[in-house]
Amino acid sequence: MSASQENACLKRMTPSPNATDAVIMAFAGIPALLDRAPALILRGRALDCECLLGPLDHPFHVSIRGGRIVDLAPAPVLMRSWRFSYRASPIAWAEYWKPAPRPGWHDLLALTKRDEAVLEGDLHPFMTHLQYFKDMLALPRLHHAAVAS
Amino acid sequence: MTGHIEPMVGRYVHVEIDGEIHRIYFEENGAGIPLVCLHTAGSDGRQWRHLLADDEFAKKFRILAFDMPWHGKSNPPADWNGEEYRLTTARYTQTVRAFCKALDLEKPVVMGCSIGGRIVLNLAIDHAAEFRALIGLEAADFQAPWYDTSWLHRPDVHGGEICAALVSGLIAPQSPEASRRETLWAYMQSGPGVFKGDLYFYRVDGDLRGRVEAIDTCACPLYLLTGEYDFSCTPEDTKRTAAAIAGASVTIMEQLGHFPMSENPEQFRRYIAPVLGQILKQSILSKQGEHV
Repeated sequence: MSASQENACLKRMTPSPNATDAVIMAFAGIPALLDRAPALILRGRALDCECLLGPLDHPFHVSIRGGRIVDLAPAPVLMRSWRFSYRASPIAWAEYWKPAPRPGWHDLLALTKRDEAVLEGDLHPFMTHLQYFKDMLALPRLHHAAVAS
Repeated sequence: MTGHIEPMVGRYVHVEIDGEIHRIYFEENGAGIPLVCLHTAGSDGRQWRHLLADDEFAKKFRILAFDMPWHGKSNPPADWNGEEYRLTTARYTQTVRAFCKALDLEKPVVMGCSIGGRIVLNLAIDHAAEFRALIGLEAADFQAPWYDTSWLHRPDVHGGEICAALVSGLIAPQSPEASRRETLWAYMQSGPGVFKGDLYFYRVDGDLRGRVEAIDTCACPLYLLTGEYDFSCTPEDTKRTAAAIAGASVTIMEQLGHFPMSENPEQFRRYIAPVLGQILKQSILSKQGEHV
């Protein structure tokens, strides 16, 4: 995606400043939720990766080792690299985490198709572990009533 | 015997497609109007097992589901040399017609899902007189791509994992977990490059924009049903397609995605039963008309 394409895409996203804080808090809780999901850790057992995940304007640098999140730090972090990035509008995360998300808001790639999320960088780790990332990023669905309500 | 045995029976029929003999596996149950069911890209006829086992439908319909060549238990033809598999509109059309001909099916109903829904539209355009009715599930003349299909077949990515993970989002969140897993299981078992090869028809060769206007629903009724959670073939894609076809019936199915017959068979039954009822009624009326 070119810079101009990305800017056009970002402009189309649904703004939702009020939801941002709740979404950021929910993201910060994902490592602990993942620690309590052994089947998901097993699915990601071969994954070691640095990636950038989260709300569009407030993403996190996420370090994954053997399927566990060993570090999650709010961006920017000075000179920190990442292989791929998946960022979505705060409203997209809030919708994605609803118990029964609405059509078109229920999948990471449905969100990119509707221009509510942006996928960038070297996609290999994301694609080889696509179900892992879908499920890991859905973990707040069961635990994040505040955003869903 | 004390074990529950399901009513469908599986057999092989030898079908000539493009001059080559193909050993096609199919399952069937019931008696009456032939109803041929076409599976989605990268999967196989197991998707239809609930419909095949439906006692009520089987009283009036001879329900058949076959595995396309390269899929399920239908092997590639014996003279396949390993070259890249690519489904084309012509080959897919020929395969469906050859299967119906090999079994001497008289004016069958064809119901297809996804790529099966797309080929149903092509059958309606070019061969309507051969069919009693056509049903397209998750069908449209074209839909916008939402991922690069080259990810489906490369040596550094597990084909089964990526195929299933990509389509997992097309299943409605309300679908039962067991049905969701079963639907994905078939995707995990597809041969290398087969899903990608099917999508050659879907993405490249089978663009029917500008052609569906020619469909004559008086010659053959056309029913289009799409799940609200299908973001690949969206309800808007189906509605747009139907708007260009006079007399096409459109239904948007709630709490269903891209695989209605396998992801939530019970919910799908609520929508397909009235369609089959209508086809049955029309068939009886036509027969009565012949005897007047």
